[in-house]
Amino acid sequence: MLSPPLSRRRFIQALSSATALTACTWLARSPKAAPQASAYTPTFFTPEEWRFLHAACDRLIPEDANGPGAVELGVPEFIDRQMATPYAHGALWYMQAPHVAGPANLGYQLPYTPRDIYRRGIAGARKLARQTHNAEFADLDADTRDSVLTVLETGDLQFDDLPASTFFGHLLGNTQEGAFSDPIHGGNKGLGGWAMTGFPGARADFMDWVDQYGRQYPLGSVSISGETI
Amino acid sequence: MATITRKSVDVVIVGGGWAGSIMAKELTEAGQHVVMLERGGERSTASDGAYPGSLDELEGNFRFKIFQKLSKTTVTVRNNINQTALPYRQLAAFLPGEGVGGAGLHWSGVHLRMAPDDLTLRSTVISKYGKSFIPEGMNLQDYGVTYAELEPYFDKAEKVFGTSGEAYKVQGKIVGNGNAFAPDRSDDFPLPPLKDVTGAHLFRKAAAEAGYHPYSIPAANASRQYTNPYGAQMGPCNFCGYCSGYACYMYSKASPNVNILPALRKNPLFELRSNATVLHVTLDSTKSRATGVIYLDEKGDEIIQPAELVILAAFQFNNVHLMLVSGIGKPYDPVSNTGVVGRNFVYQNISTTTAWLDPSVYTSQFIGTGGGGVAFDDFNSENFDHGPQGFIGGSPVWVNQAGVKAIAAAKAGGPPGTPRWGSAWKSGMIDTYKHAVRMDAHGSNMAYRDVFLDLDPTWKDAFGRPLLRMTFDWKDNDIRMNRYVVSKIANVTKAMGARRTHLGMKEFGQPFDTRFYQTTHLGGGAVMGNDPQTSAINRYLQCWDVSNVFVIGSNAFPQGTGYNPTGMVAALAYWSAHHIRTTYLKNPGPLVPA
Ligand SMILES: Cc1cc2nc3c(=O)[nH]c(=O)nc-3n(C[C@H](O)[C@H](O)[C@H](O)COP(=O)(O)OP(=O)(O)OC[C@H]3O[C@@H](n4cnc5c(N)ncnc54)[C@H](O)[C@@H]3O)c2cc1C
Ligand code: SF4
Repeated sequence: MLSPPLSRRRFIQALSSATALTACTWLARSPKAAPQASAYTPTFFTPEEWRFLHAACDRLIPEDANGPGAVELGVPEFIDRQMATPYAHGALWYMQAPHVAGPANLGYQLPYTPRDIYRRGIAGARKLARQTHNAEFADLDADTRDSVLTVLETGDLQFDDLPASTFFGHLLGNTQEGAFSDPIHGGNKGLGGWAMTGFPGARADFMDWVDQYGRQYPLGSVSISGETI
Repeated sequence: MATITRKSVDVVIVGGGWAGSIMAKELTEAGQHVVMLERGGERSTASDGAYPGSLDELEGNFRFKIFQKLSKTTVTVRNNINQTALPYRQLAAFLPGEGVGGAGLHWSGVHLRMAPDDLTLRSTVISKYGKSFIPEGMNLQDYGVTYAELEPYFDKAEKVFGTSGEAYKVQGKIVGNGNAFAPDRSDDFPLPPLKDVTGAHLFRKAAAEAGYHPYSIPAANASRQYTNPYGAQMGPCNFCGYCSGYACYMYSKASPNVNILPALRKNPLFELRSNATVLHVTLDSTKSRATGVIYLDEKGDEIIQPAELVILAAFQFNNVHLMLVSGIGKPYDPVSNTGVVGRNFVYQNISTTTAWLDPSVYTSQFIGTGGGGVAFDDFNSENFDHGPQGFIGGSPVWVNQAGVKAIAAAKAGGPPGTPRWGSAWKSGMIDTYKHAVRMDAHGSNMAYRDVFLDLDPTWKDAFGRPLLRMTFDWKDNDIRMNRYVVSKIANVTKAMGARRTHLGMKEFGQPFDTRFYQTTHLGGGAVMGNDPQTSAINRYLQCWDVSNVFVIGSNAFPQGTGYNPTGMVAALAYWSAHHIRTTYLKNPGPLVPA
């Protein structure tokens, strides 16, 4: 009980044979690499919704000098895979009726699960783009997509009884989760989200680094499955 | 669905967290046959803390893998009596536990003793500043128990939890560099303090330079290998950073699962039934004696469990809820200001300050341990003169870095004013994650006549019981306290050489917001005391009205403290158990005449 569990020791052995244990940034790897054409086929999102999701995530976390964007990191795949979990079916939430509107600070009160929120929210956002720009959201240029997203984020727009800002909040939250969670969930491809932030992932042992005051942690990230950078 | 009556037992305990586990250990030691009922499933480090699979931030902190599932039951919340309370549908502001070990499996480990003046706050305030110093509508109360009385139990809890810390005064002698405001101790901490992480290290130096008295936060995260009095073994904490919200894979963070239950599970006098949801306590026709409890088992059968003694250890608000649905004690009515169950519901008043350091300094926020860090208490409790300030209460200030992981960093974003997404967000977020230090003012929250708990008229849980309703808002006294203490942090961040500081303060008129995590340090609602008109339980945590029911938890706190509650909850459990063992069992009945 007093030494790390066996599984951990085996895991570390596996690591020590891995090639790169030093930090490497996205830029050092390949600044202009085009997003890998994902072999992933969505099971929840329709083809039109899937296009919207890519086009929106791409602006929430754009690829830039700091590192990869949400699309390169596989965020759409992450969100689609999340849609099959109990969370997306509302199983983590108290969903009993009646659903009564109230002040924002008392929290979410709608009867919609995350799956419902995406379905309604994407339909509403696409409609907004068609009404205001006469085009599919996914076909708009980056600046115009930003302006539509800003309307969703900050405006008083409602998609029936779903506030656009509620949809936006879910989209943004899930996008961030996808970019920075363990790749076991389908996002954070190549550990690119972690490389960008300097988060070492599942390393989880800093006994010898805790008092190296102010210094940059020297090792790269490692995932639950043993992927390293 | 059948109804089954089980064989009567000596003691039934509702809840398998710290409070329940301590009571079970103590009462089995006294030869009692104890059945512990826990609504959630079995949990252990081997399964819930398995490496590396459990080191999954999405599952741990964002899908709340080992927290309470709200789908079956929750509470409703409103800010004032004129509002309609609405269900707390998604976990956010507070994160209750569920499953064997309760929140004690996924807590952080800050392990503090209550400040002596906080235990006698009403008397202390009146003697120092006069009765008129207490604002209209504030229900300021004493606990009815003193630090001297509790000291042996604080000491015992630290030894059971394997607490790391540095003492200041032991048996009247100054022995170390601990908290200069801390009261005398009968013994040192069982383990030396944990190392400081970068942020805490810089904070320690800067706080001293600013003239404050920094100390290592006592932490139930082992700094060395340790074997506790029950034979439970702990390994040294490696600052893994997956502390708050996780079952420690290193066996370093104290939990009922690691520190107490292994000893209990071997004892034939102890029986743990998980997936057992207690619906209510059953009373006899006089309503002054409990006959046992009724619970639903895994199959949905209704089980009648008779017992001589009932211990409610289901966590603060669940204890209050069980009392209300069982008809134990008089429910509080804020209009007539009568009744006690639901009265003095309190929380904790926390705000976070951020300092951005030079970009050459990496703060490695992912390195962390739940209970460790550096604090100063110069503005906590009665350690400073409240006279000129005109408010009651205080806050410790600390760097308590439990490990900030990548999703949390992304959601926290950059400095105030930075966009929430896009390239500017990315730059601000990365800079903040790499080079910032976060400090909390972890303050007290006073009790008020119109802040309380009762049963909701509309919403029900999956078992048909009315939900508990919270009526809660921040009050002027507490906001002023927060703003005063936070203003003092400016000197510290200056001494740190921060290139930028955001002093996080409570704002006047901003209502309590259920959407953002604050703390799970909820308190009161069934408070202890010496006056049955203002307390639901006596100083031994025994119900005034039903003497074979004891209620153990932070529900006993008459007001919210600047400290984390569990050190006090554990000490109160040992204190109560001691009096049950030495007095009550020999002669069951009220330990204090009503
Ligand atoms: C993320 C987090 C971090 C924390 N960090 C700290 C810290 O650093 N320091 C500190 O002092 N405190 C901390 N706390 C608070 C600490 O966890 C609690 O004070 C402590 O666990 C309370 O113990 P308890 O036994 O009273 O309740 P719990 O641990 O909540 O146990 C109560 C148990 O009762 C069960 N139960 C409830 N209702 C029923 C029912 N009807 N029938 C059967 N069973 C029932 C629940 O499922 C639960 O398992 C933290 C809490 C959280 C959530
Ligand atoms: S930080 Fe320490 S105590 Fe906390 S989970 Fe990691 S090893 Fe355990």
